[in-house]
Amino acid sequence: MKLGTTLGAALVASVSWASMAAAQTELSLWYHGAGNEAESTALQLIIDDFNASQSDYTVVVESFPQESYNDSVVAAALAGNLPDILDVDGPVMPNWAWAGYLQPLDINEGVIENFLDGPKGYWGGELYSIGFWDAAIAMMSRQSTLDALGLRTPTIDSPWTGDEFMAALDAAKASGDYDFALDLGMPWTGEWYPYAFSPFLQSFGGDIVDRSSYATAEGALNGDAAMAFGNWWQSLFADGYAPGTSQDPADRDTGFIDGKYAFSWNGNWAALGALEAHDDVLFLPAPDFGNGSYIGAASWQFGVAATSENAEGASAFIEFALQDNYLANFSNVTGLIPATSTAAAMTDNYAEGGALEVFFGLSEAQALVRPVTPGYVVFAKVFEKALADIANGADVADTLDAAADEINADIEANSGYGH
Amino acid sequence: MAAINQDNRGLRLIVRYAVLTLIAIIFIFPVLFMVMSSFKPNLQLLRDTSSLRAFLPVGDISLDNYYDAFRRAPIGLFVFNSVLVTGVTVLLSLFFCSLAAFSFVYLNWKGRDLALTIIIATLIIPFETIAIPLLLFVSKLPWIGLEGIEIGWLDSYHVQIIPWIADGLTVFLFVQYFKDLPGELIEACRVEGASWWQIYVKVVMPLSGPVIATAAILKFLVMYNQYLWPLIVVQQETYRPVLVGLQYFFQLNITWGEIMAYLTIVTIPVLAIYLVLQRAFIASIASTGVKG
Repeated sequence: MKLGTTLGAALVASVSWASMAAAQTELSLWYHGAGNEAESTALQLIIDDFNASQSDYTVVVESFPQESYNDSVVAAALAGNLPDILDVDGPVMPNWAWAGYLQPLDINEGVIENFLDGPKGYWGGELYSIGFWDAAIAMMSRQSTLDALGLRTPTIDSPWTGDEFMAALDAAKASGDYDFALDLGMPWTGEWYPYAFSPFLQSFGGDIVDRSSYATAEGALNGDAAMAFGNWWQSLFADGYAPGTSQDPADRDTGFIDGKYAFSWNGNWAALGALEAHDDVLFLPAPDFGNGSYIGAASWQFGVAATSENAEGASAFIEFALQDNYLANFSNVTGLIPATSTAAAMTDNYAEGGALEVFFGLSEAQALVRPVTPGYVVFAKVFEKALADIANGADVADTLDAAADEINADIEANSGYGH
Repeated sequence: MAAINQDNRGLRLIVRYAVLTLIAIIFIFPVLFMVMSSFKPNLQLLRDTSSLRAFLPVGDISLDNYYDAFRRAPIGLFVFNSVLVTGVTVLLSLFFCSLAAFSFVYLNWKGRDLALTIIIATLIIPFETIAIPLLLFVSKLPWIGLEGIEIGWLDSYHVQIIPWIADGLTVFLFVQYFKDLPGELIEACRVEGASWWQIYVKVVMPLSGPVIATAAILKFLVMYNQYLWPLIVVQQETYRPVLVGLQYFFQLNITWGEIMAYLTIVTIPVLAIYLVLQRAFIASIASTGVKG
């Protein structure tokens, strides 16, 4: 009798476990962070907590190398093999939404009310993706440099004007203490060019495309403001202020630390390394060339695949992950800027008095997302080529006209990209 | 006069060795840079690039990059995957392509020349142009696995092997080599009553050492350096090969020392294969005029 009872209980227990396991739906998640142990650990913590918090879903992650992640996703989309949840680079999101890879997120938008603008991925008036963090760029310099050159320290509320910035470069150049006054990171090809340099164009009053309609680049990329930007851009190299496209990549990594450059246009990911080398490093806001100070915004974000049959669970996971403690933990292990001020207050670097606090302020005050259009993935390459050509001495007007024509042709070939 | 000739000969030897040494140095420097850099911390590595120190084991030397590289990526798994996929593909390719070539050279069948022309014509088609159609094709193919019939070959070893078994270059190499074998020998075998299979196994293939070595090395290099195809057909880390694994090291702050350590490790199988097949490789270049 006793044996029978025990066996019966064991049977009931196994059936219960089996049915619980059967009831749990697996949610596949693709992430771009393969090879980044810290990010993988932070993400796994969220997944473990989510899996333990409910019994309907189990999230299983597959990590991909960032460099080839987009190609893997596009190939999987073609083969009909997308996961439930995937992360997407902010400026690429509209393209994936337009191409039918993503569906709108079904989360309580009240949760993201206090998020920075950069991590919020809207397309066509709907939220498609949301990020845990953002990245920001600053003009790195040293207090000792500003003092030696007799320059005022710009602030977010009072950035350098274009004239002040050029005066700073002149002073650095005239001092003879540096190989070049300014390091722009010209060897970092690819997305760096539109991310880092299009804010200068926008500060001049131009843009990569006319954002009022997204139907043309005419006037935005080759109008008077863009021409002024192009001439200024070319002068940086022609007049010897900055190394051009042939800059040694090693100098990009170590030149500022080694004192070869007075100013370096670089991201928050390089900030801690600079601070380790020199304790008086400053992170200055972007100069204002007449139409405001801007830096790029939008980093990696999470979305739900259009083909997911478990969109409810996928959105539930994403909403679960947006808690401040997770955002703060991600920031602590990656060094990136948490998406909310409340999470920032919980971090080592971005809390009040933290070494990188200024970057949160920069993201809040100066961040401007790149053109929110499916065509951006093409426009970005056109823009990159135009800027490299101008830096190498190409005629500014001809180059910008050709770039605008190429973008317009692409918009037309894609029937306006759904705008 | 004899003394002058002797001097000239000595001078020629010196010049020849000087030139050969220079060429050897040019070819060995990238490898030397890779290996030396793999022992240096990132900042030192970047600073050394502007001097000859880049090629010397100087400064802060350690195995830290190797330790960190193994922490960052499952290198053993990637090397195993590449060696497995490459090894199986090379063996199957040698077998099927040599069989095809044997058929083209020795058997008479209708449409033989046209079929050979079409196969050789595929040499001019870059893989990139057929990658997407091939992806769509293999993603719909059935496969009998441990859990029964599955649809789609993605995320597997066989999707990295089967499409690469047959290729025009390997067939062409075997065809050219088989044509040069003495026809009388084959005829004599037929007269003696040997089957075509016996002739292939016992006569033709044993005489084809140089072309087998050439085809094997060329195929090995193609397969071990696979990037685009596994990138688009493999989503699971379990099946990733070494070159896709290299991408694990390109993060926001690139650690070049770890990259060099990784490259040094994944180069070992290539060097091992070369050392094993060195004699056959050189002989095959001399006999076929094909360079790797």
